[in-house]
Amino acid sequence: MALTSDTSPAATAPPQVAAGGLPPGDRRRRRSPGEPRFIGLLYIAPAFLFFAVFVLVPLLNTIRLSLYEWNGLTDMQWVGLENYREILGDEDLRGSFVHSLIFIIFFSFLPVTLGLGIAALLARRQLRGMSFFRTILFLPQVVTSIVIGIAWKWMYATDGVVNDVLRLVGLDGLTRAWLGDFDFALYAVGIIGTWVLYGFTMVLFLAGIQKIDPELYDAARIDGSGAVREFFAVTLPGLRGELAVALTLTMIAALRSFDLVFATTGGGPGTSTTVPAISIYRLAFREGQVGLASALAVVLVVIISTVVYAINTLIRKPE
Amino acid sequence: MTQRIERFTTYAVLIVFTVLVLTPFATIILVALGPEGPAVTGLEWPDEINFDNFPRAWSAGGFGDLLQSSALVAVFVVPTVAIFSVLGGYALGSLRFPGSTVLFYVFVLGLVMPFEAAVIPLYYGMRSVGLIDTYAALILPQIGLSMAFGVFWMRAYFLSTPRALVEAARLDGAGTFTILWKVLLPGARPAVTTLSALVFLWSWNEFLLGLVLIQDPGKRTAPAGLGLFIGERTTDIAGLSAGALIVTAPVVIVYFFLQRHFVQGMLSGSVKG
Repeated sequence: MALTSDTSPAATAPPQVAAGGLPPGDRRRRRSPGEPRFIGLLYIAPAFLFFAVFVLVPLLNTIRLSLYEWNGLTDMQWVGLENYREILGDEDLRGSFVHSLIFIIFFSFLPVTLGLGIAALLARRQLRGMSFFRTILFLPQVVTSIVIGIAWKWMYATDGVVNDVLRLVGLDGLTRAWLGDFDFALYAVGIIGTWVLYGFTMVLFLAGIQKIDPELYDAARIDGSGAVREFFAVTLPGLRGELAVALTLTMIAALRSFDLVFATTGGGPGTSTTVPAISIYRLAFREGQVGLASALAVVLVVIISTVVYAINTLIRKPE
Repeated sequence: MTQRIERFTTYAVLIVFTVLVLTPFATIILVALGPEGPAVTGLEWPDEINFDNFPRAWSAGGFGDLLQSSALVAVFVVPTVAIFSVLGGYALGSLRFPGSTVLFYVFVLGLVMPFEAAVIPLYYGMRSVGLIDTYAALILPQIGLSMAFGVFWMRAYFLSTPRALVEAARLDGAGTFTILWKVLLPGARPAVTTLSALVFLWSWNEFLLGLVLIQDPGKRTAPAGLGLFIGERTTDIAGLSAGALIVTAPVVIVYFFLQRHFVQGMLSGSVKG
């Protein structure tokens, strides 16, 4: 095959070290010589087909269903934005979003803070056995969430570990059936979320600080910075990317949280632990209010997308 | 001196958090090894270690069947996702074609989308084509939902391969598929292993889809079956716990073997995103 006349910089330049951060379709990179123009479409087709049919189309259908009233069996009725008005007006439905906000504190802010704390402690330090700690800390990410729910149900039982510990330290008055308590169940489930996610943020930030140039710390020391200044001047900025990821993923976990709530309280007692995902399930599949459930799902997606977008624009360094 | 105190404190903190992670697992394991009955106690060593709960949960409790169903679904989902992701990642990472940028961003959209947004139409769609209560009802959507991450992940791998290698192969007359098969794929093994491990994890642990798309108790997957038992089996606490441990055992075992892959995959995958 004759040499191509492609003399673009990309063809003659040394291979670029292309990490995942390179924008796709970078205009400087040209098609390889001899590569058919549309062959890529063939290769992406199966993946895209499955994605479109089982993700994109249902998403569009959810939006469509949200404009109707439907019980799943008989005819649909067009109601326009009525479902959305109902979400704004219904105390319980609004309440479920408030519960999600509280979950954000437990699932996201607390674990991220704990993770940053560990990162601060371990910055510049080489500890042995990190692999062991990492393996255990990461474990809750792997275990089936229903199983985690069951394990914590036993922890929160009247004679379970939590109450035992309270009795041990003399706080007998605080013992109760945590997951059955109208006032405290939400926070009890919140703490489970903190427990599930702090290992993740810790491992994430620990991996992140490995990448920070030690010379930055040396420079800070020479300037006379104490540990606190070091953290804010070197560690935190160096963990920018990881921080964005940690906040994004933990907030999404807080806003979804279906599995955990289902396994521990089912949304109860009453509606005290109901979150939007639980409402969606209940409204669509137990109460025959498909339109309302779909509207709720749309609102949830909008909120999640907004949160992800906001975090990433605010925190990520402009590339 | 302060150095040593600092090191000690750091270890102490790490140990405390690690023990806290292990405590709920210790609880459920101890309950599963204890006597049958409705009472739940704290971290007490049971009077006799009772392994009977496990075989009982397996057969009479039906957890053996649940595991079979989950395994069946995973066996179809994981290889399919791996293959399609390699093809798609190759397309977006190594090949150039009009629309590749747009397609990439569409896939990125799928990365943050919650399943809750798709599950309602998935249910009614499956119902209308008569697929409810079949394994296909679970396998097909799970493939679709994993595609976003799969393509994203493999694309990152293909982007990291040297273009000079590909172009040299082209100049030698190699076709598009040959390049994938002979040149790029051999080095992709770690990436594909990580992807497969993660997809297996998600498939096995998938709860919401299993709960909604399969109502037939005989075909239920493990987490869905377990979730429904929580309400029903309130008197056999030990059996439920044993069943729960059986349900999560496969992913935990895979995790311990492939731990490096899991952690590296979940961390770098999210940072690249």
